[in-house]
Amino acid sequence: MLTFIALLVLVAFSGAVYALARRRAGALALAAASPINSRPVHHGAYAAVWTAVPAALVLLFTGLLGDRVEETLVSARLPEAVRAMEAAERQVFLDDAISLARGKARSETPYPADLQVALDQAAGEVRALESRMRAFSLAAAAVLALAGAAWGLSRVRAPFRAREGVERWLQALLLACSVTAVFTTVGIVASLVWESWRFFQSVPPQAFLFGLEWDPQSAMYADQVVSEGAFGAIPLFAGTFLIMLIAMLVAAPVGLFAAIYLSEYASARTRAIVKPLLEVLAGVPTVVYGFFAALTVGPLFRAGFNAIGAQLVGGPLNELGLYLGEVQNQMALVAGAVMGVMLIPFVSSLSDDIINAVPQSLRDGSLAMGATRSETVKKVVLPAALPGVMAAMLLAVSRAVGETMIVTMAAGLQAKTTLNPLETVTTVTVQIVTLLTGDQEFDSPRTLSAFGLGLTLFAVTLMLNVVALRIVQKYREQYD
Amino acid sequence: MTDAQVSPPALTPSAAAGASSDGAPRISASGVRVFYGEKQALFDIDLDVPDRAVTALIGPSGCGKSTFLRCINRMNDTIPGARVEGRILLDGEDVNDRSLDPVLLRARVGMVFQKPNPFPKSIFENVAYGPRIHGIATSRPELEGVVEQALKRAGLWKEVSDRLDQPGTGLSGGQQQRLVIARAIAINPEVILMDEPCSALDPIATARIEELIDELRAQYCIVIVTHSMAQAARVSQRTAFFHMGRLVEAGPTGDIFTRPGDSRTQDYITGRFG
Amino acid sequence: MTELRPASDDLRAVVARRLKARNAAERRFRLYGRIAIAVALGFLVLLLGRIIQQGWSTFIDYRLTTQVYLDPARIDAADPAGANYDLLIAEQLLKRIGVADDEFGSRSDAMKDLLSGDLGFQVLDRVKADPGLIGKSLTLSAPLKADAGLYFKGQIQRSAPEEERPLTDQQLDWLDRLNADGLVKSGFNTTFLTRSDSTEPEQAGVLGAVVGSALMLILTAALAIPIGVLAATYLEEFAPKNRWTDLVEVNINNLAAVPSIVYGLLGLAVFINWMNVPRSSPLVGGLVLALMSLPTVIIATRSALKAVPPSIREAALALGASRTQTVFHHVLPLALPGVMTGAILSLAHALGETAPLLMVGMVSFVPGVPDALTSASTVLPVQIFIWENASERAFHERTAAAIMVLLAFMILMNLAAVLLRRRFERRW
Repeated sequence: MLTFIALLVLVAFSGAVYALARRRAGALALAAASPINSRPVHHGAYAAVWTAVPAALVLLFTGLLGDRVEETLVSARLPEAVRAMEAAERQVFLDDAISLARGKARSETPYPADLQVALDQAAGEVRALESRMRAFSLAAAAVLALAGAAWGLSRVRAPFRAREGVERWLQALLLACSVTAVFTTVGIVASLVWESWRFFQSVPPQAFLFGLEWDPQSAMYADQVVSEGAFGAIPLFAGTFLIMLIAMLVAAPVGLFAAIYLSEYASARTRAIVKPLLEVLAGVPTVVYGFFAALTVGPLFRAGFNAIGAQLVGGPLNELGLYLGEVQNQMALVAGAVMGVMLIPFVSSLSDDIINAVPQSLRDGSLAMGATRSETVKKVVLPAALPGVMAAMLLAVSRAVGETMIVTMAAGLQAKTTLNPLETVTTVTVQIVTLLTGDQEFDSPRTLSAFGLGLTLFAVTLMLNVVALRIVQKYREQYD
Repeated sequence: MTDAQVSPPALTPSAAAGASSDGAPRISASGVRVFYGEKQALFDIDLDVPDRAVTALIGPSGCGKSTFLRCINRMNDTIPGARVEGRILLDGEDVNDRSLDPVLLRARVGMVFQKPNPFPKSIFENVAYGPRIHGIATSRPELEGVVEQALKRAGLWKEVSDRLDQPGTGLSGGQQQRLVIARAIAINPEVILMDEPCSALDPIATARIEELIDELRAQYCIVIVTHSMAQAARVSQRTAFFHMGRLVEAGPTGDIFTRPGDSRTQDYITGRFG
Repeated sequence: MTELRPASDDLRAVVARRLKARNAAERRFRLYGRIAIAVALGFLVLLLGRIIQQGWSTFIDYRLTTQVYLDPARIDAADPAGANYDLLIAEQLLKRIGVADDEFGSRSDAMKDLLSGDLGFQVLDRVKADPGLIGKSLTLSAPLKADAGLYFKGQIQRSAPEEERPLTDQQLDWLDRLNADGLVKSGFNTTFLTRSDSTEPEQAGVLGAVVGSALMLILTAALAIPIGVLAATYLEEFAPKNRWTDLVEVNINNLAAVPSIVYGLLGLAVFINWMNVPRSSPLVGGLVLALMSLPTVIIATRSALKAVPPSIREAALALGASRTQTVFHHVLPLALPGVMTGAILSLAHALGETAPLLMVGMVSFVPGVPDALTSASTVLPVQIFIWENASERAFHERTAAAIMVLLAFMILMNLAAVLLRRRFERRW
């Protein structure tokens, strides 16, 4: 709140500086014999930027990181008794001290008398520290603002190139924005690697990557004694692979044929109708697909298989009949098929772009030879577009592997290593969701294993994407 | 027609084939009109094209000469909104007859485009494309024979015989264009249409192609669209001058260039517009 | 090369021989294409049709309007909250349709199960506000319990075996009587649009989720659009072409294809655990979605900037404008329609995103409307996920209806994008 008010004051102040610098520059322009280098607005903006930006950065920085600094400082000075506590309890104690210092309600943890004293003491320290930090940040901001204003105003001279100064600031802002994207990647990699590293301290990576049994629940109840078998991710990889495979078996042919039809056969009118409809299909949120899979497709498939099973029971295929009679709603086939439909527009629009990039002259050449359209597509267009189409498929695979909601709602939770599409399987993403929804302890391997899974997922999809985007780029260059 | 004598059968030279005697037109167009949507691109074209000769279509850009060329093998069908009226007889058969399959027509009428467009396949596969899709040669030795003959007739054999498995796109522009011609003649069509085949080539490659056209004239009915009047004069026996979608005049090349009957032709060939 | 004649008759014969088979193959191929399109569009129709079929009935509710006598013997004026109003109302309704209760009061309980708890709360509120009402009669109106509503909607049928449906034959008889007496009226379900989540399906609504989504989306837009546009402007107009900018470009393209759940993990580790942003708040959701939308906004902006012809830049530069002035006065305004279209589309995508929000704790049960960026909240797609998991049948109906609301918002946003494109599209 204080930061906010300080920012408002800062804005008002720099506004005043702007007006002042602009007036001065205007006067200068009138008085000067030769034209001054920059227009008064630029002088005003230059002074205002120097006034506002450094001070604002200080305010924002202390506002964002103040809590962290505070916690570190206070926790270093906690009494021995507190430092001896478990990490989680210590955190609660610290949070309580901060809450007390800020006059908020603390948690309902009962503390013995000595700790109560320590708590009050810590709260006092937090209070003192906070007021000191606040004073420091305000003072620093004020000094910077005044210094900036003085600097900016002192530069209002005829030959000074204020416009270039302002533009340099603007460039810095633009650069900072584009670096955000890089920071996002760094953030993803850092957080995944850091938490995974903590996970791999209790579960060795090879046990995680090649272990055959996944049962994190049991690990939690076994009170931190982690049996290596419980965190073997192979069944999750197998489930993810199976569902991806089913999805691609649906999406690849349907998406590709749709793209071929749209780009090679359909009239402009048909395209104008079908393409937006496919975009609608692509725009449907995945949670909606999940709902449809779980409540419509699942029961439908189950009823179908059960009915077939009932027919077969007692016949020569009795065993199969009995099996089909037992099939559940949550089978890999349902999640895979619905995911495949979700990927159809993705595959078709990517393939459409790629097929359209094949030069018309090749089609003309083939048609003029007396080839039919389908022969032209099969023997000339598709071979020419092959790298691009492969890349599109890789991107679709990456999508399928990372897709979460459909599998969470329709695939199930049983970790099983199977290629039978009628079985219930679970996937990497489903497990991440299951492990991280609800209350979490950030020290248990159970929670951290989600980050191990996340890291694996990120690495695999990144690899697929890099390769695919590379191929697409090469392909584009070939026909540009 | 006896098949058995030489392999490959489709390429059997035969004096009996091609019933039309010299002099009688191979292609005979009458009242051809073409519309692209609302816009009319050709107005009532009547033109006879003789066999075993090169007929050049000349005229300023946008005059409809390429459009007319594309009528002969119905390539206009592939352009959405294009509509062709009138009659074009190939050996007495109307090419616009709905019962005539364009596949069959295009097998009989080969075409070479402005920009060389070899398929992104090997040189061999490029030439073998036509014989393969039409089932003219099926076994590998048969195909090899067809490819070799076509490349030889296109004058490319010596240059590429040692690298038939290399991509056709790796050749130079002039070689690519000759490869495309080889591809067209590999199925031994009756007519070859050429749409400004040299416009993307340098003078040396152009000379090579012109030579080739002259050689092919002995066996095929060739129609060539060209921008260059010099080229028309060099390679063609007959010339037709198109202007603003109309056929202004047609006749023996020598006559058109020396004694044009129409002032527009005169203006065009003397460079007043173009 | 000797004299060769084209073997035209031969060629014709050879080609003609295979023509039929080839044309059949052609037709087959075309048919596959048509089938593919039909599969995709058929699924779309099936999906939307099924959702409307499952969800439309949510927008109709069956309300019970009845008089309640506030029996002073049952209500303690000193402690109005202590009385069981639900039972009171149920007993009076039973009497009204002429059914006597048994000695255990089980029929009143069964009747109570047909009524929404809302009735009791209404009475309590009125009595609290005016204790003088005790001893008088009140007219009340509230939706029936969801299962009772399903019976009137025909989704619970009398013909089904009694043990397979949530309502007994007896309860169905009573409902018919109440209906025959004109106490039950159907109408538009305003509850669904004006209330938030509830454990009782008939009192559950999407308002909280809609407001949560709106707050979150505003934050996402406020962060992702300016940062994305400026970043794209830098990369497209100012950045030198070198290894670093190439790396940034590859990086952005890859970020756009990172699975959304990974952004959720990032949000959990960085925003919640490290920066102490409150869990399940629109603030943390908005931050995560902003990072997720950033690459798509950048990519859309870059392609819009690319579409502005270089001649515009050259013209401005030739007049003595600086590079910055050229970009901000000329290029960016011209690219703006394209930028906005791309931005709206990526926001529409963010609106439907669920997985990363599960990671940052948005799955909690939130019965109220969020009033700040930091208060606990849920959003529409997550609300759909939560309701889909609920066991009551009536929630499935509401899930489909919530999907209809979500899709309506998405259609509106897409429509806005299309109109923007139509209105301002420029062909160079």
